Amino acid sequence: MVGIVSYGSYIPSYRLPRDVIAKEWDAPSLGGERALASFDEDSLTLAMNASIDALGDRNPKEVAGIFFASTTSPYREKQAAATVATVLDTDKELRTMDFTDSLRAGTSALLTALDLAKAGELLLVCAGDARMGEPDTLQEQNYGDAGGALVIGSENVLAELVGSYTVSQEFLGTWRTEEQDYLKSFPGGFENKFGYNRFIAETVRGLLQKCHLEAKDIANAAIAAPSQKALRGALRGLGFDMQSQVQETFWNTVGDAGTAQPLVLLAAVLERAQPGDLILVAGYGDGGDAALFRVTDRIASFQVARSVYSQIEVKRTLQSYGKYARFRKLIRKDYATEDESTPVVLLRDQKQILPLYGGKCPACGVIQFPIHRICTECGHRDGLEEIKLSRRGTLFTFTNDYLTETPDPPTTHAVVDLEGGGRVFVQLTDCEAERVEIGMPLELTFRKYHEGYGIKNYFWKARPAE
Amino acid sequence: MNIRDKVAVIGAGCSKFGENYNKSAEDMIVEAALDAYTDARIDPSQIQAAWVGTLSSASAGNALADPLKLFNIPITRVENYCASGMDAFRNACMAVASGMYDVVLALGFEKLRDSGQRGLGTFGSHPVVGYGTTAPSLFAMAANRYFETYGIDKTALAKVAIKNHHNGTMSPKAHFRMEVSEDQVVNAPLICSPLGLLDCCPTTDGAAAVIICKEELARSFRPDPVKVKGVGLSVTSGEPYMKPSFAYTGFPATAQAAQSAYEQAGMTARDIDLVECHDCFTITEILNYEDLGLCEKGEGWRYVAEGRANIDGGAVPVNPSGGLKSFGHPIGATGIRMIYEVSQHLWEKAGDRQVKDAEVGLAHNLGGPGSVGCVTILANS
Repeated sequence: MVGIVSYGSYIPSYRLPRDVIAKEWDAPSLGGERALASFDEDSLTLAMNASIDALGDRNPKEVAGIFFASTTSPYREKQAAATVATVLDTDKELRTMDFTDSLRAGTSALLTALDLAKAGELLLVCAGDARMGEPDTLQEQNYGDAGGALVIGSENVLAELVGSYTVSQEFLGTWRTEEQDYLKSFPGGFENKFGYNRFIAETVRGLLQKCHLEAKDIANAAIAAPSQKALRGALRGLGFDMQSQVQETFWNTVGDAGTAQPLVLLAAVLERAQPGDLILVAGYGDGGDAALFRVTDRIASFQVARSVYSQIEVKRTLQSYGKYARFRKLIRKDYATEDESTPVVLLRDQKQILPLYGGKCPACGVIQFPIHRICTECGHRDGLEEIKLSRRGTLFTFTNDYLTETPDPPTTHAVVDLEGGGRVFVQLTDCEAERVEIGMPLELTFRKYHEGYGIKNYFWKARPAE
Repeated sequence: MNIRDKVAVIGAGCSKFGENYNKSAEDMIVEAALDAYTDARIDPSQIQAAWVGTLSSASAGNALADPLKLFNIPITRVENYCASGMDAFRNACMAVASGMYDVVLALGFEKLRDSGQRGLGTFGSHPVVGYGTTAPSLFAMAANRYFETYGIDKTALAKVAIKNHHNGTMSPKAHFRMEVSEDQVVNAPLICSPLGLLDCCPTTDGAAAVIICKEELARSFRPDPVKVKGVGLSVTSGEPYMKPSFAYTGFPATAQAAQSAYEQAGMTARDIDLVECHDCFTITEILNYEDLGLCEKGEGWRYVAEGRANIDGGAVPVNPSGGLKSFGHPIGATGIRMIYEVSQHLWEKAGDRQVKDAEVGLAHNLGGPGSVGCVTILANS
């Protein structure tokens, strides 16, 4: 029996109201708001933070493969899945792969993982997307940013795979070439009519036929969609009741989250699923993917770290198009001090920076970060023991720094005492300056600090714990 | 070895501090050095060695050799964060005390305003750990911790700014010569919370120089040499924010350097008549009172609030010059400028800001995130 063992989702805390975008261009607003990756987030961090929740307390050494899906991977050449694996502290002996360049990559990674799970392996599938619509287009309003993750395996599944179905079809509806900064969509109803509607209908119908089921048998369907309206169009005539059988697309609160969207929708479905439910997931792009699961009894006792719905509730509204433009480098600023970095140091300190290991002194027991050669407290000089640090703690002291140049001032520097020992000095994020106070509970979140040397410099930040 | 009474200051000079857009480093170095030569009544040919303190304005002894045409003598550049100046002085003192040289020059300078950067820019050489920290951020974290521990707020810090700006109005060479009100300080734009613009020292250009010599020779230059009673330097962790035991309500480097200087001088804080301390930020001065032993731990904010740090406050006056806050902080120059200022008081040449009957003065220079403390005790007998 293969299926979904665990899941997680990540919605960035910023929301950009579509009215803010529309006002900037004197254009009609589509209404609602879209989730927005902050300046320190990208497709990898979105997927990463969802993966951390999905993996939970599970031993990362058991994971045999990690698949990362995105159309906005942080590097054109350089795998993201390997970064996810290192941060999660898996064994080196595992299969990592990026599924890219198609909107369908999220569900394709999922179907591939399900096939591999049949060999008894535990896999993690994650997706993150922060797609760029051209300024002053409806796409700019339509897209939203999010991450999703699923742990796939053959034991202790929450939802057992019943069947899957894929259609591959050459089609140009939305695309982006190497030279294009923004996604291009063919104007008018062409893509919906001859692409989205057709492939979703074909895929869902094909899956149901293959499984000898009818639409009425489905408890809930997580179907990727550019909008709620498009989804209604695609399912017309298939026999689904939109209200009771189809997961809403969060178009009004998150927007179209690309490759991550079907995973986020599936997480939302699983959050409310009952044992015995038949649930369906479908993705669109160059054809379509779909999979059908039967929810098991295990769902009743499963606790998700952060539900999609709670993350939609906890938000910060960005009222400034200028800040969004700065986050996405639509407006660039030359900073007085050039950011510097080097892959050499990032490699040397990798175990401290990515999976966040500190040192524990075998003589005095003090846990410290970074890992010193000689104990910073007692001077013990025979080396510290590597110890994985907790990702929860409390704020010891801080400052809101308006001098450090950043797209989202101020930069809050935080001295954080971690649960179980260790003190880290990191930036605080997802928190308004006036809310910061000594003693506040914090959790660490994986973020991009800067792009010095033209590389993505990832490390942990702290944010208010829920 | 104890340095007490082995070395004397026989001359001190200082350039005008400020946004010296019209002066080069060379101009300021020459201005300070000639001032010191005149004060010591020496000819530069008598200088046998020199030490130069600068954080980032030069890399080598040539920083002095070329502007002053001091060729063919040993000149060493000293860098120890913001304590570079006083550490240059300390190294010069030890060289004289060792018997190697009779007369030497210690000069500190910094040229910050030729660059357009705000403050000292950001620190840290690691790609991500400690990324983006600035000088005020490191001290602001101490302020928030101090507030939390002792239940005070920004108005306590403002007292330091008000006092030092007042003193600065009486210092002709100070960067700022203007009074500030509590209202102005508390409501100034935030730089690093809780520190506002007027809690921070300015970004200043300047140079200061002192001539020191073997104590036995001092009276051949002037009748009233200032004796070096003790010089202490202490270096603690440069990443205190990652040290699990660091309380962040004081700087052990200051306390340890002061203890060393007091021991060498055979004195305690009670013997001190005036202090020039490193008030890079208002919070730093409050922590310094405590670390230097002028008051008990946790009482620093009261020391200034009750007026005891004033020139005529009935206790030990602190920063009669106006301090870094008002006199300015050209990094490498500051430690030497403090020796200059204390000497002016011991020579009764400090004009309107003169501390009456000053016989013993203490100067305190602090570098990095409170990690390099340097303390000098000087006396006129």
